[in-house]
Amino acid sequence: MADAIDPATRFAKTDFVIRKERIQAISKALFLIMVVIMIIPLLSIIAYLVYHAMPSLNWEFLIEAPKKGMSEGGIWPAFVGTLYLVVISLAIAAPIGVFAAIYLNEYAKENWFNRIIHLAVINLAGVPSIVHALFGLGAFVYAAQFGYSIISASLTLAIMTLPVIIASTREALASVPASFREACWNVGATRWQTIRAIVLPNSISGILTGIILQVSRAAGETAPIMFTGAVFYKAVARGELFPYYLNEQCMALSMHLYTISTQVPNVKESIPYATAVVLLCSVLVVNASAIALRVWLRNHKKW
Amino acid sequence: MQSESMQLCIQTRNLNLWYGQFQALKDVNIDVRHGLITSLIGPSGCGKTTLLRCFNRINERFSYVRTKGEIKVLGKNIYDPDVSLIELRKSVGMVFQRPNPVPISVYENIVFGLRIHNRFGVFQKNQLDEIVEKSLIEVGLWKDLKDRLKVKATSLQLEQQQKLCIARLLPLKPEVILMDEPCSALDVEGTRAIEDLMYNLRGHYTIVIVTHNMAQARRTSDECIFMLLGEKIEHDRTENLFLNPRDPRTAEYIEGRYG
Repeated sequence: MADAIDPATRFAKTDFVIRKERIQAISKALFLIMVVIMIIPLLSIIAYLVYHAMPSLNWEFLIEAPKKGMSEGGIWPAFVGTLYLVVISLAIAAPIGVFAAIYLNEYAKENWFNRIIHLAVINLAGVPSIVHALFGLGAFVYAAQFGYSIISASLTLAIMTLPVIIASTREALASVPASFREACWNVGATRWQTIRAIVLPNSISGILTGIILQVSRAAGETAPIMFTGAVFYKAVARGELFPYYLNEQCMALSMHLYTISTQVPNVKESIPYATAVVLLCSVLVVNASAIALRVWLRNHKKW
Repeated sequence: MQSESMQLCIQTRNLNLWYGQFQALKDVNIDVRHGLITSLIGPSGCGKTTLLRCFNRINERFSYVRTKGEIKVLGKNIYDPDVSLIELRKSVGMVFQRPNPVPISVYENIVFGLRIHNRFGVFQKNQLDEIVEKSLIEVGLWKDLKDRLKVKATSLQLEQQQKLCIARLLPLKPEVILMDEPCSALDVEGTRAIEDLMYNLRGHYTIVIVTHNMAQARRTSDECIFMLLGEKIEHDRTENLFLNPRDPRTAEYIEGRYG
C-alpha cells in the first residue's frame, strides 16, 4: 500500500486541498477587512478632532479659565472639576466594589441569594446613566440634603460605576484557578491569608483594568453630573489647584463640551474640538498608566 | 538497497530544532521502519516529544521554533515546498497525552476527519455508519458504544476517550500514528487496553510512541530509540537495547540511575 504512490508526489496538494486553501484565504481576508473597518472610524475620529482642535491646542488652553461668556479662553475649571469628580467617585466606588466582590466571590456560599445578588449587579451595570442620575438627584441632592454639589455628583458617579467594578473584580477573582486556593487551604491558611497571598496578587491586574475602565466612564458621562452637581459656569482663577469645596457645584469637561457646543453662541470654532481632545487625552493617559502599572505588577508578582 | 529504503517510513537527516535560543534537537538521524512500533525513550526534556511533533510539523504553529535538516516520510521530504500540510497531517496522525476528543458526539468525532477532507455529500449516511462501526471495532469500542454513538465524546471515560482519539484517525487511512505518552492519563486497565490496541494496529500502521514508562516501551515496541539532551544515543531492536545496550548512558538510564 505504501509503495503504490510515487514518493515524489506524496503529500502533494490535491484539487480539493487547493479549493480549501482558497476558502481559507478568503475567510482570513474577510476577517482582516473587518479589522480595518473597525480601525478606520477610530482613527478618523481622532484625526478629525485633532485637526479641528489644532488652533486651540496649547498649554494656555488647558490652564486658562473660559473668557467672554465661555466663547474664548481655556478649560481649566472644567478640567479640575472632572478630576475632582473622578477621583472622589472612584475613592468611594473602588474600595466598596472590590471588597464586596471579594466577599461575594471568596466567602459567600453559592446559593440562591448569592445568585440573585450576582444577577442584580449584572443588571445594574446595564442601567442607563440617566436613571442613575435621577436616583442621585432624589437620594443625594434631596433626601440626604447634600444639595447640588460635588459630593452628590461623585456619589452618583460612584453608584453608577460600582456594579461594573464588582462584576469585573469578580471575574478577575474567578479567573484564579481553584487549585491555587486548595493548595493554600491544604497547608492550613485561612481564607484571608489565601486571598492576601495568592488570590489578589494573581488577579490584581484584572481588578485594576476593571477600575481604570470606569475612570474613563466616570470622566465621560454627562447625565449623572448634570442632574446632581455640574454647573454651567464657575469663576476659577487661572491654574488654581483647589478651586472647589465639596459642597459646591463644579464644572466638568463632558458637561462643558455639551454647553459650549450647543448652548453658547459664537464660540471660537476650535474650542469644542480642543475640549474633546483634552477629554480624550486624559482618558488615554489614565488607560496608558493603567497598562504600565499592570506590566509593572506582572514583573513584580511578589508584593 | 531500494527494497530496504522502501521499508523505512520516517527518516531524519541532520535534524536540528531550536526553541528561540535553546537547541532542543541536535543532528538527529533516525530511521523508523515501516509497519513496526518504535518507541522513543529518554529523560524529561531530552527532545523526544519535540522530535515526535516534527513528524507532522505540528511544532510550526509556534513562531519561535526554527527547524533545519530533513525529515522524509515515506521517501518524501516533508519540508519540500510542494508538501501540503493538510495532506501530510492526514497521513501522519497524532494521539496526545491527554485524550482530546472534540466536544461533539462520538459518531461525529469519528467522521470529523472524513468530513473536512471531502466535499460535502460525498458519503452516504450508510457509508458513514459503516466507517464508524469499522473504526470502533478496530479500537475495541464498538461493543461498549454502539448504542451510545450520540453521546458527547467528552463524557466518556478517559480510556474510552483515548481509544476514540485513535479511532478518529483511522477513517483517513493514515500511514503513521504518532503517540505522545498516550497512557499517562490512564490507569492500569486503560493502559493495558491501549497497549493491546497498539498491538492490534501493528503492521497496518507505523506507530511511533513517546513513553516515560520503560516497561511499556519494552512490552509494546519492536524497536527503541534512546535520546538524551536532544541527541539520539542509541537505536536498536527493543530486546537488544534493553538487554545489551551499547552505550553506557543507555545502560544507566534503563537501569534507572537517572530519569
